[in-house]
Amino acid sequence: MIDKQEKLIDKKGIRLDGRKADELRPLKLEVGVLPNADGSAYIEHGKNKILVGVFGPREMHPKHLSRPDRMVLRCRYHMAPFSVQERKSPAPSRREVELSKVIREALEPALFLEMYPRTGIDIFVEILQADGGTRCASITAAALALADSGIPMRDLVVACAAGKVDDTVVLDLYDAEDKLGVADVPVAYMPNLNAVTLLQMDGILTHAEFEKAVNMAIDGCKKIYALQKEALKTKYMHIKEETQEEVEE
Amino acid sequence: MSTLITKVRQKQLSQLIEKGKRIDGRGLTDFREFKIEEGLIERAEGSARLLLGKTDVLVGVKIETGEPFPDTPNEGVLTVNAELVPLASASFEPGPPDESSIELARIVDRGIRESKAIDNEKLCIEAGKKVFVVFVDVYVLNHDGNLIDASALAAVAALINTKMPNYEIKDGEVIIKQGYTPLPLKSRPITITVGKLGDKLLLDAGLEEEQVMDARISLAINEEGNICAVQKGGSGYFTPQQIIEASKLAQEKAVELRKKLKW
Amino acid sequence: MPTFFEEKQLVTPGELLAEGDYQAGENTYSEGGKIFAARIGLVDCENKKVNVVALRAFYTPKPGDIVIGSVIEVGFNGWTVDIKAPYSALLRASDVLNRPFKPQNDELSQVLDTGDLIVAKIASYDRAHDPQLTVGEPGLGKITRGQIMRVTPTKIPRVIGRKGSMISMIKQETGCQIILGLNGVVLVTGKNLADEELAMAAIQKIEDESHTTGLTDRITQLLKEEKAKREENKN
Repeated sequence: MIDKQEKLIDKKGIRLDGRKADELRPLKLEVGVLPNADGSAYIEHGKNKILVGVFGPREMHPKHLSRPDRMVLRCRYHMAPFSVQERKSPAPSRREVELSKVIREALEPALFLEMYPRTGIDIFVEILQADGGTRCASITAAALALADSGIPMRDLVVACAAGKVDDTVVLDLYDAEDKLGVADVPVAYMPNLNAVTLLQMDGILTHAEFEKAVNMAIDGCKKIYALQKEALKTKYMHIKEETQEEVEE
Repeated sequence: MSTLITKVRQKQLSQLIEKGKRIDGRGLTDFREFKIEEGLIERAEGSARLLLGKTDVLVGVKIETGEPFPDTPNEGVLTVNAELVPLASASFEPGPPDESSIELARIVDRGIRESKAIDNEKLCIEAGKKVFVVFVDVYVLNHDGNLIDASALAAVAALINTKMPNYEIKDGEVIIKQGYTPLPLKSRPITITVGKLGDKLLLDAGLEEEQVMDARISLAINEEGNICAVQKGGSGYFTPQQIIEASKLAQEKAVELRKKLKW
Repeated sequence: MPTFFEEKQLVTPGELLAEGDYQAGENTYSEGGKIFAARIGLVDCENKKVNVVALRAFYTPKPGDIVIGSVIEVGFNGWTVDIKAPYSALLRASDVLNRPFKPQNDELSQVLDTGDLIVAKIASYDRAHDPQLTVGEPGLGKITRGQIMRVTPTKIPRVIGRKGSMISMIKQETGCQIILGLNGVVLVTGKNLADEELAMAAIQKIEDESHTTGLTDRITQLLKEEKAKREENKN
């Protein structure tokens, strides 16, 4: 445990993990990692390690959950028992139920739900290791898994948090900052549509700080969006290269 | 949390909202009439019932002793639960809490917790061993929209109404004595939910309006006008400008309600 | 009226493709006068219509499509068929029996049982109803022999080739019958396994290199080389 009295940001504005206020943690994104899923992705965001698998669109089971006029998106956010310091019971907690809901609602605006009525898509999010900001990393990876599944999308959804640590508004809080900081503001965003699809906050912020945190999180989202697109393209890049060779011949 | 409404009705509602009007004649930022009744459950340490239009929420507070969390050994514990009681709506089903009631409970919980409404350190009986546990149970008795604001308001009203038992410690045992003292509160947060339809924002949506809304944002606002908790819900989205607009709208409404409530 | 892509550029969902006087074609959508990509793929533009040739997609049923599916359930008056689409399809007993179906006389599982493969045509499909199949045309019905393989449904046109040139060339060179289900399931039937494997290798190569040009020449070459190798082995 870090002592509560200890400063999380030093005099030069450097955070305990060496980052500047507006700096993201290192990210690694990979698409198409699960052979049995229709779409999948893996993300490492700081020490967060998260796998997402997508199945569908397919017939809904149980059938009464299907909707005559639209596709139903289901999402399960689940933490592995070994993903946190103290073993977490594998039974879904209230936090996991809530996060499953807000993650689903963050992704729904990206899909054309009316396109495949009576069907369902299942998104399974498994947190293998948690380091603060798992809901955001889950959304970033889930959007990639959806794109990988071949479902038409309005845009990729990308997520990142900002918050307040000591007296500073900072980007992308990690575990210790999340626990000991003043406030945390996770944001999910569709950059091409300028649409915020998830927004939560806990802690206390003035209106000005809140506005600053939302904007900082959106800037973070835009940076991750570039990585997200790159990860998706990487999987198909060989095709692009071969195509170019053909054109040059 | 929805019952199906016809397409014609949906169209009526959304066309009105787009014109800045509402089906019950209110302006977009008007709340329905509300009424709070306190202390109606004698068995509970605190209680309040809030009528917001036809939305009816009863909150009971029970106080028991229990163990503190290891990371906060000298603080009391807050537990919020919400029940969408089946008699309140045809769409509520009996059974374990579903995601709607869990989300509702967690929004109410976050508003109280993050605003530091309860003076938790005063709930400590013996550091690391025994503290008071505050159970806040939200009971939705009739659903006519805006359960979030109604439940959050009723919960804080119930906390204001809550009396702690007097006690003394004898040989490490807690002995409850005669008489009560009020639950120590440091803040009275007000949660305001802003609905979005197209480029219009509205407050205190009714049940039918909720079904045509794209999305909502709930903000808990404290006495200083600071924001203590936020939650976006619904399958639609907000633009960043709308979020800032919504947070201003919520702050203004919180000031107005605070005056009315004398909080 | 700008466009924001080079021909055959790799795009991801949400990328802005064009603005103004353009039409949203396959795997794109338009919003506020702008055209965006809706799937990952290679973008092209023909007659002001912007398309994305999807690299990832699943089959969506269309009436008239020939598909290959497997029976997953024998019901009271017909069969449920998995056609590798978001919806499973229905085949009515009366369609197969060519006469009214009598539950007391007809044991449906003796006609088609779970696990059986069929070639069928999509008779009807709309938003409110699952696709219905028919086998009442020559060449349709139960599959009794041959090899099954799967390709990405969006690549079937490439396997067919211009005016059917690619597929008829493979048929000719391998001596195999080939049925291309538009749902991405392919049936290859030849005189022996070696012929079938050769045809499948050619189709797999098209799947892998579908986006490249000069593919017909390379497939011809592959088939010729393989056949020459086999002749050598015989001698």
